[in-house]
Amino acid sequence: MAFSNDEVLAGLAELITDETGIDASEVALEKSFTDDLDIDSISMMTIVVNAEEKFGVTIPDDEVKNLKTVGDAVSFIVAGQE
Amino acid sequence: MTKRIVVTGIGATSALGGTAPENWANLLAGVSGTHTLTHDWIETYQIPVTFAAEASVRPEEVLPRHEAKRLDPSVQFALIAAREAWEDAGAPEVAPERLGVDWATGIGGLWTLLDAWDTLREKGPRRVMPLTVPMLMPNAGAGNLSLQFGAKAYARSVVSACASSTESIANAFNHLQEGLADVVIAGGAESAIHPITMASFASAQALSRRNDDPEHASRPGAIDRDGFVMGEGGAALVLETLEHALARGAKIYAEIVGGGVSADAHHITANDPTGAGATRAVEQALAQAGAAPDEVTHINAHATSTPVGDPNEYEALKNVFGDRITEIPVSATKASTGHLLGGTGALEAVFTILALRDRVAPPTINMTEPDPAVPFKLSGEPQPLGDGPQLAISNSFGFGGHNAVVAIRSYDG
Repeated sequence: MAFSNDEVLAGLAELITDETGIDASEVALEKSFTDDLDIDSISMMTIVVNAEEKFGVTIPDDEVKNLKTVGDAVSFIVAGQE
Repeated sequence: MTKRIVVTGIGATSALGGTAPENWANLLAGVSGTHTLTHDWIETYQIPVTFAAEASVRPEEVLPRHEAKRLDPSVQFALIAAREAWEDAGAPEVAPERLGVDWATGIGGLWTLLDAWDTLREKGPRRVMPLTVPMLMPNAGAGNLSLQFGAKAYARSVVSACASSTESIANAFNHLQEGLADVVIAGGAESAIHPITMASFASAQALSRRNDDPEHASRPGAIDRDGFVMGEGGAALVLETLEHALARGAKIYAEIVGGGVSADAHHITANDPTGAGATRAVEQALAQAGAAPDEVTHINAHATSTPVGDPNEYEALKNVFGDRITEIPVSATKASTGHLLGGTGALEAVFTILALRDRVAPPTINMTEPDPAVPFKLSGEPQPLGDGPQLAISNSFGFGGHNAVVAIRSYDG
């Protein structure tokens, strides 16, 4: 089952809200996880674990540091689907 | 010159309610917090004891989801109780380096640990949450409270089973007197109503088996008591030097005047039948208070409703108070709240503080026929404490042979 870009963004926003309490409307593609959304590394790791489960993708540990913005994560997840 | 230490805020969440005032009102009204459990796991695992005293207000009703999911349930209770106490104290202005935390738990992050174990076995290591260890570690209560309130003086955990949170108050008292802080958040919490603890306490014959009458199962001092009832929740006190409290015009509930701690070195679960260790803890608390046993006007007993525990406590108190022990109004509040394990001492301290404020010893419910081996002055109705200065002690004894007693005096200036 492939998710569209919009579905991944919405799903990721849900996970971020769940983890941080940040409103889903704040989660825009250009936002940086650390600088704009103030998400610390351990919350990021938790979001990654949940995203892997939610979207059925694998996000390798050494890839996470390259996912600087919400958009980076969405692209990676969309591309990672079969 | 020793500093005087006072209580300026209280908070509590248990089977009797989600706040300290709610707890107190229900306690005085004789409400029983024990009910049949409706969880699937009772049936699935065939747990022989089917009831407990669950907290009546669930943490998820109070904490936002993103906050709750980072915390083991025992720490959710800790945060709720501590926040209430802090607000009650008027959110004191204090330099971070002068604010400390003395926090207790008995079992700690059991739910987190066992849920993570299930996740590992069912879904593999990649699904195990990164926060698992920070959530299950026994210091999670102290650490999270330190984080919440910016407490930088220290964040110490005390773990002594059922004596834990009384010991945390004794520790806070000593730390304040030693000048380590000016304000301390003290207390404890537990969330251990879990198949594992229920099964293992049941195997140890420690729990009441009154499945057909749970509301009346916890009956300390009664001749037909058959074991304790599992409770859960947490309670917190804001303790402060008198000087600091007066300078900011804080409302003062009572004064902590002593905190006695000792060990039985007798048996890993049974307390010393001679009561020698418990006696020493009481005497220590009174000595710190500069008080003679004759001055004690109220006792909140540990009194878990176990066949052997209740008489052992009586013996210990008889050693200290002599024949007068049958005349001092005693409250065995685990009849109403169940046993909160690591959180019980703090909840009982809250009750003792309010007993002094309102000059009334709370009732001991569920008494059937009093056991002649436990002739405390219990009552099914609130007992008036009369006029004049009040001095109370609250006792807690834990598996491992831990004894902790706090002495609390009414504050009149």
